[in-house]
Amino acid sequence: MAESKNIIEIKSLYKSYKRGNQVIPVLQDISFNIKEGEFLALMGPSGSGKSTLLNLIAGIDKPDSGSIVVQGLDITSLDERTLSNWRAENVGFIFQFYNLIPVLTAFENVELPLLLMNLSKKERSEHVEMALSIVGLYDRKEHYPSQLSGGQQQRVAIARAIVTDPTIIVADEPTGDLDKKSAEDVLNLMTQLNEKFGKTIVMVTHDLRAAKHAKTMKYLDKGFLINGSTEIFI
Amino acid sequence: MVLLKYLFRNIFRHKLRSTLTVLSVSVAVLSFCLLNTIITAWYAGVSASSSYRLIVRNAISLVFSLPLSYKEKIRQVKGVTYVAQGNWFGGIYIEEKNFFANFAVEPETFLRLYPEFIVKEEEKKAFLSDRKGCLVGRKLIERFGWKVGDIVVLRGTIFPGNWEFVIRGIYYGKDKNVDESQFLFHWDYLNETLKKFAPSRADQVGYYIVGIKNPEDSAVISKEIDSLFKNSYAETLTETEKAFQLSFITMTEAIVIAIKLVSFVVIGIILVVVANTMNMSVRERRGEYSILKMFGFSYTLITSIILGESLLIVLTGAVLGVIFTFPAVKVVGDILSVYFPVFILESKVIFESLMYSFVVGILSGIIPAIRSIRVDLSEGLRWNM
Amino acid sequence: MKLILLYSLRNLVNRKLTTILTASGMALVILVFSAVLMLSEGLRKTLVKTGTPGNVVVIRKSSGSEVQSGIEKDQARIIEVSPEISLNEEGKRMVSKELVVLIGLPKKGTDKLSNVVIRGIMESSLPLRSQVKLKEGRMIRWGSNEIIVGNKIADNFDGVRIGNTLNFGQRQWLVVGIFEGGTTGFSSEIWADVEQLKQAFRRPNYSSMIFKLSNAKDFDIVKDRLEKDPRLTVEVKREIEYYEDQSAMMAKFIKVLGVSMTVVFSIGAILGAMITMYSAVAQRKNEIGTLRALGFQKTTILTAFLVESLFLSLIGCVFGLFLSSFLQLYTISTMNWQTFSELAFSFTLTPKIILQSLLFSVIMGSLGGLIPALRASRQKIVDALRTD
Ligand SMILES: Nc1ncnc2c1ncn2[C@@H]1O[C@H](COP(=O)(O)OP(=O)(O)O)[C@@H](O)[C@H]1O
Ligand SMILES: [Mg+2]
Repeated sequence: MAESKNIIEIKSLYKSYKRGNQVIPVLQDISFNIKEGEFLALMGPSGSGKSTLLNLIAGIDKPDSGSIVVQGLDITSLDERTLSNWRAENVGFIFQFYNLIPVLTAFENVELPLLLMNLSKKERSEHVEMALSIVGLYDRKEHYPSQLSGGQQQRVAIARAIVTDPTIIVADEPTGDLDKKSAEDVLNLMTQLNEKFGKTIVMVTHDLRAAKHAKTMKYLDKGFLINGSTEIFI
Repeated sequence: MVLLKYLFRNIFRHKLRSTLTVLSVSVAVLSFCLLNTIITAWYAGVSASSSYRLIVRNAISLVFSLPLSYKEKIRQVKGVTYVAQGNWFGGIYIEEKNFFANFAVEPETFLRLYPEFIVKEEEKKAFLSDRKGCLVGRKLIERFGWKVGDIVVLRGTIFPGNWEFVIRGIYYGKDKNVDESQFLFHWDYLNETLKKFAPSRADQVGYYIVGIKNPEDSAVISKEIDSLFKNSYAETLTETEKAFQLSFITMTEAIVIAIKLVSFVVIGIILVVVANTMNMSVRERRGEYSILKMFGFSYTLITSIILGESLLIVLTGAVLGVIFTFPAVKVVGDILSVYFPVFILESKVIFESLMYSFVVGILSGIIPAIRSIRVDLSEGLRWNM
Repeated sequence: MKLILLYSLRNLVNRKLTTILTASGMALVILVFSAVLMLSEGLRKTLVKTGTPGNVVVIRKSSGSEVQSGIEKDQARIIEVSPEISLNEEGKRMVSKELVVLIGLPKKGTDKLSNVVIRGIMESSLPLRSQVKLKEGRMIRWGSNEIIVGNKIADNFDGVRIGNTLNFGQRQWLVVGIFEGGTTGFSSEIWADVEQLKQAFRRPNYSSMIFKLSNAKDFDIVKDRLEKDPRLTVEVKREIEYYEDQSAMMAKFIKVLGVSMTVVFSIGAILGAMITMYSAVAQRKNEIGTLRALGFQKTTILTAFLVESLFLSLIGCVFGLFLSSFLQLYTISTMNWQTFSELAFSFTLTPKIILQSLLFSVIMGSLGGLIPALRASRQKIVDALRTD
């Protein structure tokens, strides 16, 4: 396998939140790179800033300073609109609580991000069915989220994340709300996405079993990245 | 399509809340329509007036009369076709609460001047040939269960005594804005009785109705008539029938304004009720809207979804309200028939209520929409937890 | 109990916008409700004050009002000598013969005419109306073309000032004084010497007679005698009743319109409160479950939600009354259908109206809150604790 190049380059990232008139530093001087085809697990205790970092990488939030260069494009410098378009094309999201829209069917939920692309109804339909087949829920496409189990809902959410064929998939504690068996299914699915479809995946988790599915791990503590110390925790 | 579905299904997410909101909107639209129908009814006399008619009255005020001798002089003014004299009789049928308008008029000319009063030919003949005969509007006939041939006794307030009349005919309005609850009888009957019992009050006319050839000449003719009697003991004030009717309304304008204001309060109530519902719905769903935002859906689109929802709720309520209004106008019209002989729901009122509902729909959706858009994406997504 | 109150109150504070919106809806309803009551009250006050207890009005039978009435000189002479009439210090009978005519005058700022009552009075007229006080200028000289005008006329009509003249009945009338009639109908009248007025308008008859009874109990006696006198065709009324009858139609109109509007509006407001309370219950499903699991009684939960809804409606009520208190600055000036004359009355806020509004809002709040509160209290603990 050829030496793969960096897909994401993060440099001296700072982020803080204001709570009242108090400024709370959340991320401090974070710098690291993510290679193409990587499956990275971001670990750390609750409140250490994992989600914040993930949001920054996904272009959901903006840092105070520092840069995030994705495929040569510094996304921190993009305006709201361009960033939004960039996200739609390049990033797929998976959340702990699935975040499916309860009044839409599995099919419609997956179709949602495609509505922003210039596709015919037939093309959209093909994409959705393909994505649902990948996650093994093709036969459940007419079901509403409330008619699905947690694991199934999360798989629909994964289908929704991959339906636009993004280069990067971010997942925030995707197994946090699932039982062991369902969690295993979801993780296997993600591994498959990484290995078979070559997706770069960044996954936040504090579950060691989940982290083991990843190729590399990074550890965050109180907003600092602890380099090369991952093995200690395994 | 999916987004439209989303919009529709959102409404059914809280069936109870949506139903209650729709109901309260419809109640409010109903009362808005009723209030504005009352205002229309207020102006019914104005809208039913003809530009071919002028009214001549004593310049001091309506309670002063004019000499009968003016009639001939007015008729000779150029451009005048017919002149009929009339008196507000103010008679009471059994009790005060049975109030209706009753006039003594010179019948033949009057009917010529009021072609919108439709009377059967044989009834008209019977009415004209019976000095004690009277002509009664359809609604009044129905209200008291009268029929042709009945004897009706009115107690005079301005002209003392009990006055007996025989119903000789029923008149119908040509259009629905014609007042069908008047009671008309021969002016001669009044005048001859007065000659006998109160000679000082005889040959006095309350007002003249003047027909003109050409509505454009109304100003000139009015001036000419008034100048005929300038500096006499009884100066006249001549105006178009419309202006005459309007002068009554101007005097009760304060009430019209009050009703109009109340009808705007109604709009205010719909606004807060719907705004509240939208605020709660959007608040519950702001996490979802954040997801849409995250996928890259534009603010305009998300706002449209929210606005669409509030518009749909408001307009459903409004349409329901308008549907309820039709029977309500009938009921209220009957209750208020003493005040408003003509009480009809105009399409203008319906249109107005729908238009205000539309504005309310936009306004009540826009604030929560802005509120949900304004939040940072990362913040908004946290609401899904 | 205190905790429950705090719980309800905090929840209202938490959902500020919803609280504000719901309370505003209630406030608007209370505004309309109290405005109608204030208007009725204002009208009633004006009428009651215009009449003086112990005073009697005589008009021609069936004429209904002074404007349409006529009493001939000979008849007046018979009425004048009724023994029931009270005497003043000088031993004179307290009775006045008056003439009432309507004239059109242009209101300030418009060229539209309003009908104004011109009342012909005599020396004995003033002592019969203790509510009327001369505010500026002087009394008219008897036998001259002088007039005094009510303060509302002076305020609302152009050029009505002391020293100016008004033109009616083919004569010039000099304004020599302005009188204050408080909230009575007299404030909207112009007074002149009755004999001068009769001449100017060529009226041989008086319109009405007013006298004071030496003993209020004599009313029925005098009424009976005068109405049965074959030489007279008159109607005898207590002055207070006379004025009440004058505006019966207006009063009924305000009432009919007011009551129906209030009923319809309150349905709207109750629905509004229900919407808010239902969603409050739905949002706090888990809280309710927790409280019940902790051992709180159903009735406590019911109370908490009812209290919350009552709080809401009370906030609305206070705000609504606050708004309607400003209405007191306004005077409704309109034509009385029955007399065709100008009638002015103000919105009047009384403690009774405040109480009625409070009661009304409590009813609205309870009705709006009851069903949702019942739903909250009836929830099974297990259901309430389950998240979905
Ligand atoms: N939108 C926000 N406003 C204020 N504080 C925030 C916000 N998001 C996160 N935080 C704070 O930042 C810190 C890190 O949060 P997060 O990144 O969610 O941690 P993790 O995902 O590792 O549990 C926490 O202290 C959290 O309270
Ligand atoms: Mg987190």
